[in-house]
Amino acid sequence: MNLFADAFAWLASPEQHTGGDAIAVRLGEHLLYSAIAVLISAAIAVPIGYVIGHTGRGKQVAVAFSGAARALPSLGLLTLLTLFVGIGQAPMAATIVFVVLGVPSVLAGTYAGVEAVDERVVDAARAMGMTEWQILWRVEAPIGLPLLIGGLRSATLQIVSTAVLAAYVGLGGLGTYILRGINLNDYVQMLGGAIVIVALALVLDAAFSLTAWLAESTTRHRPGNAAKPAVVSHTHPQEGTS
Amino acid sequence: MIEFEGVAKRFDDGTLAVRGVDLVIPSHQVTVFVGSSGSGKTTLLRMINRMVEPTSGVVSIDGEDVAALDPVALRRRIGYVMQSAGLLPHRRVLENIVTVPRLNGMGRSEATELGLTLMDTVGLDRDLAGRYPNQLSGGQQQRVGVARGLAVDPNILLMDEPFGAVDPIVRADLQTELLRLQGELGKTVVFVTHDIEEAFLLGDQVVILADGGVIAQRGAPADILAAPASEFVADFIGADRGRRALRVEHRGGVAVVVDSNGRPAGVLTEDAAPS
Repeated sequence: MNLFADAFAWLASPEQHTGGDAIAVRLGEHLLYSAIAVLISAAIAVPIGYVIGHTGRGKQVAVAFSGAARALPSLGLLTLLTLFVGIGQAPMAATIVFVVLGVPSVLAGTYAGVEAVDERVVDAARAMGMTEWQILWRVEAPIGLPLLIGGLRSATLQIVSTAVLAAYVGLGGLGTYILRGINLNDYVQMLGGAIVIVALALVLDAAFSLTAWLAESTTRHRPGNAAKPAVVSHTHPQEGTS
Repeated sequence: MIEFEGVAKRFDDGTLAVRGVDLVIPSHQVTVFVGSSGSGKTTLLRMINRMVEPTSGVVSIDGEDVAALDPVALRRRIGYVMQSAGLLPHRRVLENIVTVPRLNGMGRSEATELGLTLMDTVGLDRDLAGRYPNQLSGGQQQRVGVARGLAVDPNILLMDEPFGAVDPIVRADLQTELLRLQGELGKTVVFVTHDIEEAFLLGDQVVILADGGVIAQRGAPADILAAPASEFVADFIGADRGRRALRVEHRGGVAVVVDSNGRPAGVLTEDAAPS
Protein backbone atom coordinates (compact mmCIF):
# COMPACT_ATOMS: atom_id res chain seq x y z
CA MET A 1 0.00 0.00 0.00
CA ASN A 2 2.93 2.24 0.72
CA LEU A 3 4.07 1.87 -2.86
CA PHE A 4 0.68 3.03 -4.17
CA ALA A 5 0.66 6.01 -1.82
CA ASP A 6 4.15 6.90 -3.02
CA ALA A 7 3.08 6.49 -6.64
CA PHE A 8 0.17 8.86 -6.17
CA ALA A 9 2.44 11.30 -4.37
CA TRP A 10 4.80 11.05 -7.34
CA LEU A 11 1.91 11.78 -9.70
CA ALA A 12 0.91 14.82 -7.68
CA SER A 13 4.37 16.29 -7.19
CA PRO A 14 5.08 19.55 -9.08
CA GLU A 15 8.13 18.08 -10.89
CA GLN A 16 5.82 15.80 -12.91
CA HIS A 17 3.87 18.78 -14.22
CA THR A 18 6.56 21.10 -15.50
CA GLY A 19 9.16 20.95 -18.22
CA GLY A 20 9.70 18.61 -21.16
CA ASP A 21 9.21 15.52 -19.02
CA ALA A 22 5.82 16.58 -17.63
CA ILE A 23 3.08 13.96 -17.59
CA ALA A 24 0.95 16.11 -19.88
CA VAL A 25 3.75 16.19 -22.48
CA ARG A 26 4.31 12.43 -22.31
CA LEU A 27 0.57 11.84 -22.44
CA GLY A 28 0.37 14.04 -25.53
CA GLU A 29 3.16 12.09 -27.25
CA HIS A 30 1.55 8.82 -26.30
CA LEU A 31 -1.83 9.89 -27.64
CA LEU A 32 -0.31 11.25 -30.83
CA TYR A 33 1.52 8.02 -31.67
CA SER A 34 -1.57 5.99 -30.82
CA ALA A 35 -3.91 8.18 -32.83
CA ILE A 36 -1.66 8.14 -35.91
CA ALA A 37 -1.32 4.37 -35.71
CA VAL A 38 -5.07 3.83 -35.28
CA LEU A 39 -5.85 6.13 -38.20
CA ILE A 40 -3.38 4.38 -40.49
CA SER A 41 -4.68 0.97 -39.37
CA ALA A 42 -8.22 2.06 -40.18
CA ALA A 43 -7.18 3.52 -43.54
CA ILE A 44 -5.65 0.17 -44.47
CA ALA A 45 -8.06 -2.25 -42.85
CA VAL A 46 -11.49 -0.67 -43.39
CA PRO A 47 -11.43 -0.68 -47.23
CA ILE A 48 -10.02 -4.22 -47.28
CA GLY A 49 -12.59 -5.34 -44.72
CA TYR A 50 -15.41 -3.87 -46.83
CA VAL A 51 -14.17 -5.65 -49.94
CA ILE A 52 -13.90 -8.96 -48.08
CA GLY A 53 -17.27 -8.53 -46.37
CA HIS A 54 -19.11 -7.44 -49.51
CA THR A 55 -17.66 -10.00 -51.91
CA GLY A 56 -17.21 -12.80 -49.39
CA ARG A 57 -13.80 -13.45 -50.96
CA GLY A 58 -10.35 -13.36 -49.40
CA LYS A 59 -11.49 -14.10 -45.88
CA GLN A 60 -9.09 -17.05 -45.49
CA VAL A 61 -6.17 -14.87 -46.51
CA ALA A 62 -7.24 -12.15 -44.09
CA VAL A 63 -7.62 -14.60 -41.21
CA ALA A 64 -4.20 -16.12 -41.90
CA PHE A 65 -2.59 -12.69 -42.19
CA SER A 66 -4.28 -11.46 -39.02
CA GLY A 67 -3.17 -14.50 -37.08
CA ALA A 68 0.42 -14.05 -38.23
CA ALA A 69 0.40 -10.31 -37.47
CA ARG A 70 -0.98 -10.91 -34.00
CA ALA A 71 1.64 -13.55 -33.29
CA LEU A 72 4.55 -11.18 -33.96
CA PRO A 73 6.23 -10.00 -30.74
CA SER A 74 6.01 -6.20 -30.83
CA LEU A 75 9.23 -5.51 -28.98
CA GLY A 76 11.23 -7.83 -31.25
CA LEU A 77 9.66 -6.34 -34.36
CA LEU A 78 10.38 -2.81 -33.13
CA THR A 79 14.03 -3.62 -32.43
CA LEU A 80 14.46 -5.30 -35.77
CA LEU A 81 12.76 -2.52 -37.74
CA THR A 82 14.67 0.23 -35.95
CA LEU A 83 17.97 -1.50 -36.70
CA PHE A 84 16.82 -1.96 -40.27
CA VAL A 85 15.68 1.63 -41.00
CA GLY A 86 18.19 3.28 -38.65
CA ILE A 87 17.60 4.99 -35.32
CA GLY A 88 16.86 8.28 -37.09
CA GLN A 89 13.76 6.69 -38.59
CA ALA A 90 12.58 5.29 -35.26
CA PRO A 91 9.17 7.06 -35.44
CA MET A 92 8.44 5.23 -38.67
CA ALA A 93 9.53 1.89 -37.22
CA ALA A 94 7.36 2.42 -34.14
CA THR A 95 4.37 3.44 -36.25
CA ILE A 96 4.72 0.33 -38.41
CA VAL A 97 4.79 -1.88 -35.32
CA PHE A 98 1.65 -0.27 -33.89
CA VAL A 99 -0.13 -0.47 -37.25
CA VAL A 100 0.72 -4.18 -37.57
CA LEU A 101 -0.88 -4.56 -34.17
CA GLY A 102 -3.98 -2.53 -35.05
CA VAL A 103 -4.84 -3.78 -38.54
CA PRO A 104 -6.09 -7.31 -37.60
CA SER A 105 -8.67 -6.03 -35.11
CA VAL A 106 -10.03 -3.34 -37.41
CA LEU A 107 -10.08 -5.75 -40.34
CA ALA A 108 -11.96 -8.39 -38.39
CA GLY A 109 -14.46 -5.86 -37.04
CA THR A 110 -15.10 -4.41 -40.49
CA TYR A 111 -15.76 -7.62 -42.37
CA ALA A 112 -17.61 -9.19 -39.48
CA GLY A 113 -19.93 -6.16 -39.50
CA VAL A 114 -20.67 -6.50 -43.20
CA GLU A 115 -21.02 -10.28 -42.97
CA ALA A 116 -23.49 -9.95 -40.11
CA VAL A 117 -26.00 -8.18 -42.33
CA ASP A 118 -28.93 -10.50 -43.08
CA GLU A 119 -28.37 -11.78 -46.61
CA ARG A 120 -32.07 -11.40 -47.38
CA VAL A 121 -31.74 -7.68 -46.69
CA VAL A 122 -28.83 -7.43 -49.13
CA ASP A 123 -30.75 -9.53 -51.65
CA ALA A 124 -33.78 -7.25 -51.35
CA ALA A 125 -31.60 -4.15 -51.73
CA ARG A 126 -30.08 -5.56 -54.92
CA ALA A 127 -33.45 -6.71 -56.26
CA MET A 128 -34.95 -3.25 -55.92
CA GLY A 129 -32.13 -1.76 -57.95
CA MET A 130 -29.35 -0.61 -55.65
CA THR A 131 -25.88 -0.63 -57.22
CA GLU A 132 -23.16 -2.58 -55.44
CA TRP A 133 -21.77 0.71 -54.07
CA GLN A 134 -25.16 1.73 -52.78
CA ILE A 135 -25.58 -1.67 -51.12
CA LEU A 136 -22.22 -1.21 -49.40
CA TRP A 137 -22.69 2.42 -48.30
CA ARG A 138 -26.39 2.51 -47.58
CA VAL A 139 -26.96 -0.99 -46.22
CA GLU A 140 -23.86 -2.91 -45.20
CA ALA A 141 -21.71 -0.08 -43.81
CA PRO A 142 -24.35 1.49 -41.53
CA ILE A 143 -25.64 -1.87 -40.29
CA GLY A 144 -22.10 -3.13 -39.67
CA LEU A 145 -20.96 0.08 -37.97
CA PRO A 146 -21.20 -1.14 -34.35
CA LEU A 147 -18.92 -4.10 -35.09
CA LEU A 148 -16.48 -1.83 -36.94
CA ILE A 149 -16.37 0.44 -33.90
CA GLY A 150 -15.73 -2.65 -31.78
CA GLY A 151 -12.72 -3.44 -33.97
CA LEU A 152 -11.40 0.12 -33.65
CA ARG A 153 -11.88 -0.13 -29.92
CA SER A 154 -9.76 -3.22 -29.45
CA ALA A 155 -7.14 -1.90 -31.89
CA THR A 156 -6.94 1.35 -29.92
CA LEU A 157 -6.58 -0.40 -26.59
CA GLN A 158 -3.84 -2.68 -27.89
CA ILE A 159 -1.97 0.19 -29.49
CA VAL A 160 -2.27 2.42 -26.42
CA SER A 161 -0.86 -0.28 -24.18
CA THR A 162 1.88 -1.20 -26.65
CA ALA A 163 2.85 2.41 -27.34
CA VAL A 164 4.83 2.13 -24.10
CA LEU A 165 7.49 0.65 -26.37
CA ALA A 166 7.98 4.02 -28.09
CA ALA A 167 10.20 5.04 -25.17
CA TYR A 168 12.39 2.03 -25.88
CA VAL A 169 13.60 3.66 -29.12
CA GLY A 170 13.83 7.12 -27.59
CA LEU A 171 10.48 8.54 -28.71
CA GLY A 172 9.07 9.39 -25.31
CA GLY A 173 5.46 8.77 -24.48
CA LEU A 174 4.20 7.38 -21.18
CA GLY A 175 6.59 4.44 -21.49
CA THR A 176 9.38 6.86 -20.59
CA TYR A 177 8.50 6.57 -16.89
CA ILE A 178 8.35 2.82 -16.98
CA LEU A 179 11.58 2.39 -18.88
CA ARG A 180 13.39 4.89 -16.67
CA GLY A 181 11.90 3.27 -13.59
CA ILE A 182 13.23 -0.11 -14.69
CA ASN A 183 16.69 1.30 -15.30
CA LEU A 184 16.78 3.12 -11.95
CA ASN A 185 14.98 0.40 -9.98
CA ASP A 186 12.49 3.16 -9.22
CA TYR A 187 9.25 1.26 -8.58
CA VAL A 188 7.37 4.41 -7.61
CA GLN A 189 7.99 6.03 -10.98
CA MET A 190 7.18 2.75 -12.79
CA LEU A 191 3.89 2.40 -10.94
CA GLY A 192 3.06 6.08 -11.44
CA GLY A 193 3.55 5.73 -15.21
CA ALA A 194 1.55 2.50 -15.27
CA ILE A 195 -1.34 4.17 -13.45
CA VAL A 196 -1.51 6.94 -16.06
CA ILE A 197 -1.52 4.35 -18.89
CA VAL A 198 -4.25 2.31 -17.24
CA ALA A 199 -6.33 5.44 -16.67
CA LEU A 200 -5.87 6.45 -20.30
CA ALA A 201 -6.94 3.01 -21.52
CA LEU A 202 -10.03 3.06 -19.32
CA VAL A 203 -11.04 6.53 -20.50
CA LEU A 204 -10.64 5.56 -24.16
CA ASP A 205 -12.54 2.32 -23.62
CA ALA A 206 -15.41 4.23 -22.04
CA ALA A 207 -15.42 6.69 -24.96
CA PHE A 208 -15.67 3.80 -27.44
CA SER A 209 -18.45 2.17 -25.42
CA LEU A 210 -20.39 5.37 -25.62
CA THR A 211 -19.81 5.72 -29.37
CA ALA A 212 -20.81 2.10 -30.00
CA TRP A 213 -23.93 2.57 -27.93
CA LEU A 214 -24.87 5.68 -29.90
CA ALA A 215 -24.25 3.89 -33.20
CA GLU A 216 -26.42 0.97 -32.13
CA SER A 217 -29.25 3.10 -30.91
CA THR A 218 -29.38 4.96 -34.22
CA THR A 219 -29.15 1.89 -36.44
CA ARG A 220 -31.62 -0.09 -34.30
CA HIS A 221 -30.81 -3.40 -35.79
CA ARG A 222 -29.15 -5.21 -32.93
CA PRO A 223 -30.86 -8.38 -31.73
CA GLY A 224 -31.38 -6.70 -28.37
CA ASN A 225 -33.92 -4.41 -29.98
CA ALA A 226 -35.68 -7.24 -31.73
CA ALA A 227 -36.83 -8.54 -28.38
CA LYS A 228 -38.73 -5.33 -27.63
CA PRO A 229 -41.56 -5.11 -30.19
CA ALA A 230 -43.93 -6.86 -27.78
CA VAL A 231 -44.46 -3.45 -26.25
CA VAL A 232 -45.57 -1.84 -29.48
CA SER A 233 -47.42 -4.75 -31.02
CA HIS A 234 -50.32 -4.52 -28.60
CA THR A 235 -50.83 -0.84 -29.28
CA HIS A 236 -51.32 -1.54 -32.98
CA PRO A 237 -53.17 -4.81 -33.17
CA GLN A 238 -54.57 -4.20 -36.64
CA GLU A 239 -53.12 -7.40 -38.09
CA GLY A 240 -54.20 -9.83 -35.45
CA THR A 241 -57.77 -8.70 -35.14
CA SER A 242 -58.78 -8.01 -38.71
CA MET B 1 -46.15 -9.16 -71.54
CA ILE B 2 -43.27 -11.24 -70.21
CA GLU B 3 -42.01 -14.09 -72.35
CA PHE B 4 -39.76 -17.05 -71.60
CA GLU B 5 -38.31 -18.82 -74.63
CA GLY B 6 -36.38 -22.04 -74.15
CA VAL B 7 -35.10 -20.83 -70.78
CA ALA B 8 -32.84 -23.12 -68.78
CA LYS B 9 -30.69 -22.58 -65.72
CA ARG B 10 -27.86 -24.72 -64.44
CA PHE B 11 -26.29 -23.42 -61.24
CA ASP B 12 -22.54 -23.48 -60.62
CA ASP B 13 -22.89 -26.57 -58.45
CA GLY B 14 -24.38 -28.44 -61.42
CA THR B 15 -28.03 -28.39 -60.30
CA LEU B 16 -30.39 -28.02 -63.21
CA ALA B 17 -32.97 -25.68 -61.67
CA VAL B 18 -34.98 -24.87 -64.78
CA ARG B 19 -35.03 -26.75 -68.07
CA GLY B 20 -36.47 -25.56 -71.35
CA VAL B 21 -39.29 -23.32 -70.15
CA ASP B 22 -41.49 -21.63 -72.76
CA LEU B 23 -44.08 -19.39 -71.21
CA VAL B 24 -46.06 -16.23 -71.86
CA ILE B 25 -47.10 -14.08 -68.91
CA PRO B 26 -49.91 -11.78 -70.03
CA SER B 27 -49.99 -8.16 -68.89
CA HIS B 28 -52.35 -6.83 -66.20
CA GLN B 29 -53.02 -10.29 -64.82
CA VAL B 30 -51.79 -12.37 -61.93
CA THR B 31 -49.65 -15.34 -62.92
CA VAL B 32 -48.75 -17.72 -60.11
CA PHE B 33 -45.79 -20.10 -60.21
CA VAL B 34 -46.57 -22.93 -57.86
CA GLY B 35 -44.48 -25.95 -56.98
CA SER B 36 -42.60 -27.58 -54.13
CA SER B 37 -39.07 -26.59 -53.22
CA GLY B 38 -36.62 -27.47 -55.98
CA SER B 39 -39.17 -26.81 -58.72
CA GLY B 40 -37.28 -23.73 -59.88
CA LYS B 41 -40.18 -21.34 -59.34
CA THR B 42 -38.13 -18.67 -57.57
CA THR B 43 -35.29 -19.06 -60.07
CA LEU B 44 -37.77 -18.47 -62.89
CA LEU B 45 -39.16 -15.38 -61.15
CA ARG B 46 -35.71 -13.92 -60.49
CA MET B 47 -34.78 -14.23 -64.16
CA ILE B 48 -37.31 -11.51 -64.94
CA ASN B 49 -35.31 -8.82 -63.08
CA ARG B 50 -31.94 -10.44 -63.82
CA MET B 51 -31.30 -11.48 -60.23
CA VAL B 52 -30.59 -14.81 -61.91
CA GLU B 53 -29.14 -15.06 -65.43
CA PRO B 54 -30.45 -17.93 -67.56
CA THR B 55 -27.84 -20.39 -68.83
CA SER B 56 -29.67 -20.51 -72.13
CA GLY B 57 -32.83 -19.05 -73.62
CA VAL B 58 -34.32 -15.58 -73.66
CA VAL B 59 -36.47 -13.71 -71.17
CA SER B 60 -38.13 -10.65 -72.66
CA ILE B 61 -40.43 -7.90 -71.44
CA ASP B 62 -42.69 -6.41 -74.11
CA GLY B 63 -40.42 -7.87 -76.75
CA GLU B 64 -37.23 -6.49 -75.21
CA ASP B 65 -34.58 -9.05 -74.23
CA VAL B 66 -33.78 -8.33 -70.56
CA ALA B 67 -30.17 -9.51 -71.06
CA ALA B 68 -29.62 -6.36 -73.14
CA LEU B 69 -30.86 -4.05 -70.36
CA ASP B 70 -28.86 -2.57 -67.50
CA PRO B 71 -29.75 -4.70 -64.46
CA VAL B 72 -29.97 -1.76 -62.05
CA ALA B 73 -32.23 0.27 -64.35
CA LEU B 74 -34.33 -2.83 -65.05
CA ARG B 75 -34.78 -3.63 -61.35
CA ARG B 76 -35.76 -0.05 -60.54
CA ARG B 77 -38.78 -0.26 -62.81
CA ILE B 78 -39.92 -3.64 -61.48
CA GLY B 79 -41.48 -3.99 -58.05
CA TYR B 80 -40.10 -6.81 -55.91
CA VAL B 81 -41.68 -8.20 -52.77
CA MET B 82 -39.98 -11.03 -50.93
CA GLN B 83 -40.68 -13.39 -48.07
CA SER B 84 -40.26 -11.82 -44.62
CA ALA B 85 -40.21 -8.47 -46.43
CA GLY B 86 -36.40 -7.95 -46.47
CA LEU B 87 -36.82 -4.43 -45.12
CA LEU B 88 -33.76 -2.33 -44.27
CA PRO B 89 -33.54 -2.70 -40.48
CA HIS B 90 -31.80 0.65 -39.96
CA ARG B 91 -34.36 2.70 -41.90
CA ARG B 92 -37.79 3.77 -40.75
CA VAL B 93 -40.96 2.48 -42.41
CA LEU B 94 -41.41 5.57 -44.56
CA GLU B 95 -37.76 5.59 -45.66
CA ASN B 96 -38.02 1.91 -46.56
CA ILE B 97 -41.08 2.48 -48.73
CA VAL B 98 -39.54 5.30 -50.76
CA THR B 99 -36.03 3.83 -51.04
CA VAL B 100 -36.13 3.48 -54.82
CA PRO B 101 -37.82 6.81 -55.63
CA ARG B 102 -35.17 8.47 -53.43
CA LEU B 103 -32.39 6.61 -55.30
CA ASN B 104 -33.95 7.93 -58.50
CA GLY B 105 -33.59 11.46 -57.15
CA MET B 106 -37.05 12.27 -55.80
CA GLY B 107 -37.01 15.13 -53.27
CA ARG B 108 -37.59 14.48 -49.59
CA SER B 109 -40.97 16.17 -49.22
CA GLU B 110 -42.37 14.66 -52.40
CA ALA B 111 -41.13 11.24 -51.27
CA THR B 112 -42.76 11.65 -47.85
CA GLU B 113 -46.07 12.51 -49.51
CA LEU B 114 -45.75 9.47 -51.81
CA GLY B 115 -44.80 7.18 -48.92
CA LEU B 116 -47.79 8.21 -46.82
CA THR B 117 -50.13 7.73 -49.78
CA LEU B 118 -48.73 4.26 -50.34
CA MET B 119 -49.25 3.44 -46.67
CA ASP B 120 -52.92 4.26 -47.19
CA THR B 121 -52.98 2.12 -50.34
CA VAL B 122 -51.74 -0.99 -48.55
CA GLY B 123 -53.80 -0.37 -45.43
CA LEU B 124 -51.08 0.75 -43.02
CA ASP B 125 -51.78 3.29 -40.31
CA ARG B 126 -49.81 6.47 -41.06
CA ASP B 127 -48.75 6.55 -37.39
CA LEU B 128 -46.38 3.69 -38.18
CA ALA B 129 -44.32 5.80 -40.62
CA GLY B 130 -41.65 6.57 -38.02
CA ARG B 131 -41.27 3.03 -36.72
CA TYR B 132 -38.38 0.71 -37.46
CA PRO B 133 -39.21 -2.62 -39.14
CA ASN B 134 -38.51 -4.72 -36.05
CA GLN B 135 -41.15 -2.73 -34.19
CA LEU B 136 -43.85 -4.01 -36.56
CA SER B 137 -45.77 -7.30 -36.68
CA GLY B 138 -45.01 -9.75 -39.48
CA GLY B 139 -48.14 -8.77 -41.37
CA GLN B 140 -47.37 -5.06 -41.07
CA GLN B 141 -43.82 -5.64 -42.34
CA GLN B 142 -45.24 -7.48 -45.33
CA ARG B 143 -47.55 -4.55 -46.09
CA VAL B 144 -44.52 -2.26 -45.98
CA GLY B 145 -42.83 -4.66 -48.40
CA VAL B 146 -45.79 -4.40 -50.81
CA ALA B 147 -45.86 -0.61 -50.50
CA ARG B 148 -42.14 -0.52 -51.30
CA GLY B 149 -42.72 -2.75 -54.31
CA LEU B 150 -45.34 -0.32 -55.58
CA ALA B 151 -43.31 2.83 -54.90
CA VAL B 152 -42.13 3.45 -58.47
CA ASP B 153 -45.57 2.57 -59.84
CA PRO B 154 -44.08 -0.36 -61.77
CA ASN B 155 -45.95 -2.19 -64.51
CA ILE B 156 -44.55 -5.45 -63.19
CA LEU B 157 -44.68 -6.67 -59.61
CA LEU B 158 -42.69 -9.75 -58.65
CA MET B 159 -43.74 -11.44 -55.42
CA ASP B 160 -41.60 -14.26 -54.04
CA GLU B 161 -43.63 -16.16 -51.43
CA PRO B 162 -44.53 -12.82 -49.88
CA PHE B 163 -47.01 -14.25 -47.40
CA GLY B 164 -45.07 -17.38 -46.50
CA ALA B 165 -43.85 -16.19 -43.11
CA VAL B 166 -47.08 -14.91 -41.56
CA ASP B 167 -49.75 -16.85 -39.71
CA PRO B 168 -52.81 -18.16 -41.62
CA ILE B 169 -55.25 -15.49 -40.43
CA VAL B 170 -52.95 -12.64 -41.41
CA ARG B 171 -52.15 -14.41 -44.67
CA ALA B 172 -55.81 -14.65 -45.62
CA ASP B 173 -56.13 -10.96 -44.83
CA LEU B 174 -53.12 -10.05 -46.99
CA GLN B 175 -54.39 -12.20 -49.86
CA THR B 176 -57.72 -10.40 -49.81
CA GLU B 177 -55.90 -7.08 -49.75
CA LEU B 178 -53.76 -8.10 -52.71
CA LEU B 179 -56.86 -9.04 -54.73
CA ARG B 180 -58.44 -5.69 -53.87
CA LEU B 181 -55.24 -3.83 -54.83
CA GLN B 182 -54.91 -5.74 -58.08
CA GLY B 183 -58.53 -4.88 -58.89
CA GLU B 184 -57.59 -1.19 -58.56
CA LEU B 185 -54.10 -1.21 -60.05
CA GLY B 186 -54.14 -3.97 -62.68
CA LYS B 187 -50.41 -4.69 -62.52
CA THR B 188 -48.68 -7.56 -64.25
CA VAL B 189 -48.11 -9.65 -61.14
CA VAL B 190 -45.89 -12.71 -61.04
CA PHE B 191 -46.38 -14.52 -57.76
CA VAL B 192 -44.46 -17.50 -56.39
CA THR B 193 -45.89 -19.84 -53.79
CA HIS B 194 -45.77 -23.48 -52.72
CA ASP B 195 -49.39 -23.31 -51.57
CA ILE B 196 -51.84 -24.49 -54.24
CA GLU B 197 -54.79 -22.93 -52.40
CA GLU B 198 -53.05 -19.54 -52.57
CA ALA B 199 -52.27 -20.13 -56.25
CA PHE B 200 -55.90 -20.90 -57.10
CA LEU B 201 -57.13 -17.97 -55.03
CA LEU B 202 -54.84 -15.33 -56.56
CA GLY B 203 -53.97 -16.57 -60.02
CA ASP B 204 -55.63 -15.65 -63.30
CA GLN B 205 -53.07 -18.03 -64.75
CA VAL B 206 -51.51 -20.79 -62.65
CA VAL B 207 -48.27 -22.45 -63.71
CA ILE B 208 -47.61 -25.73 -61.91
CA LEU B 209 -43.92 -26.62 -61.87
CA ALA B 210 -42.56 -30.09 -61.29
CA ASP B 211 -39.22 -31.00 -59.78
CA GLY B 212 -36.25 -29.67 -61.75
CA GLY B 213 -38.02 -26.73 -63.38
CA VAL B 214 -40.45 -28.35 -65.82
CA ILE B 215 -43.90 -26.92 -66.44
CA ALA B 216 -46.39 -29.66 -65.51
CA GLN B 217 -49.46 -27.65 -66.49
CA ARG B 218 -50.58 -24.08 -66.96
CA GLY B 219 -53.97 -22.52 -67.30
CA ALA B 220 -56.83 -20.92 -65.42
CA PRO B 221 -57.49 -22.53 -62.03
CA ALA B 222 -60.86 -23.88 -63.14
CA ASP B 223 -59.34 -25.47 -66.25
CA ILE B 224 -56.62 -27.16 -64.22
CA LEU B 225 -59.22 -28.47 -61.78
CA ALA B 226 -61.46 -29.66 -64.59
CA ALA B 227 -58.68 -31.49 -66.40
CA PRO B 228 -55.43 -32.17 -64.54
CA ALA B 229 -52.84 -32.88 -67.21
CA SER B 230 -51.11 -35.67 -65.33
CA GLU B 231 -51.00 -37.81 -62.22
CA PHE B 232 -48.50 -35.36 -60.80
CA VAL B 233 -50.85 -32.40 -61.24
CA ALA B 234 -53.83 -34.33 -59.87
CA ASP B 235 -51.75 -35.26 -56.84
CA PHE B 236 -50.40 -31.74 -56.41
CA ILE B 237 -53.80 -30.05 -56.48
CA GLY B 238 -55.20 -32.68 -54.14
CA ALA B 239 -57.72 -34.19 -56.58
CA ASP B 240 -56.75 -37.74 -55.73
CA ARG B 241 -57.11 -37.14 -52.01
CA GLY B 242 -60.74 -36.38 -52.51
CA ARG B 243 -60.54 -32.75 -51.46
CA ARG B 244 -61.46 -31.54 -54.93
CA ALA B 245 -64.18 -34.09 -55.67
CA LEU B 246 -67.24 -32.50 -54.13
CA ARG B 247 -70.80 -33.77 -54.14
CA VAL B 248 -74.06 -32.49 -52.83
CA GLU B 249 -75.97 -34.04 -49.94
CA HIS B 250 -79.35 -32.81 -48.81
CA ARG B 251 -79.83 -32.09 -45.13
CA GLY B 252 -83.26 -30.82 -44.14
CA GLY B 253 -83.88 -29.24 -47.52
CA VAL B 254 -80.45 -27.53 -47.69
CA ALA B 255 -77.91 -28.64 -50.25
CA VAL B 256 -74.65 -29.30 -48.36
CA VAL B 257 -71.49 -29.76 -50.39
CA VAL B 258 -69.19 -32.47 -49.02
CA ASP B 259 -65.90 -33.90 -50.22
CA SER B 260 -65.32 -37.56 -50.93
CA ASN B 261 -64.48 -38.21 -47.28
CA GLY B 262 -67.86 -36.79 -46.30
CA ARG B 263 -66.43 -33.62 -44.77
CA PRO B 264 -68.65 -30.59 -45.38
CA ALA B 265 -67.11 -27.89 -47.58
CA GLY B 266 -70.08 -25.49 -47.68
CA VAL B 267 -73.66 -25.14 -48.78
CA LEU B 268 -75.15 -24.49 -52.20
CA THR B 269 -76.91 -21.14 -52.09
CA GLU B 270 -78.27 -20.71 -55.58
CA ASP B 271 -78.24 -23.13 -58.41
CA ALA B 272 -75.35 -21.22 -60.01
CA ALA B 273 -77.92 -19.07 -61.75
CA PRO B 274 -76.45 -16.34 -63.92
CA SER B 275 -76.96 -13.08 -62.12
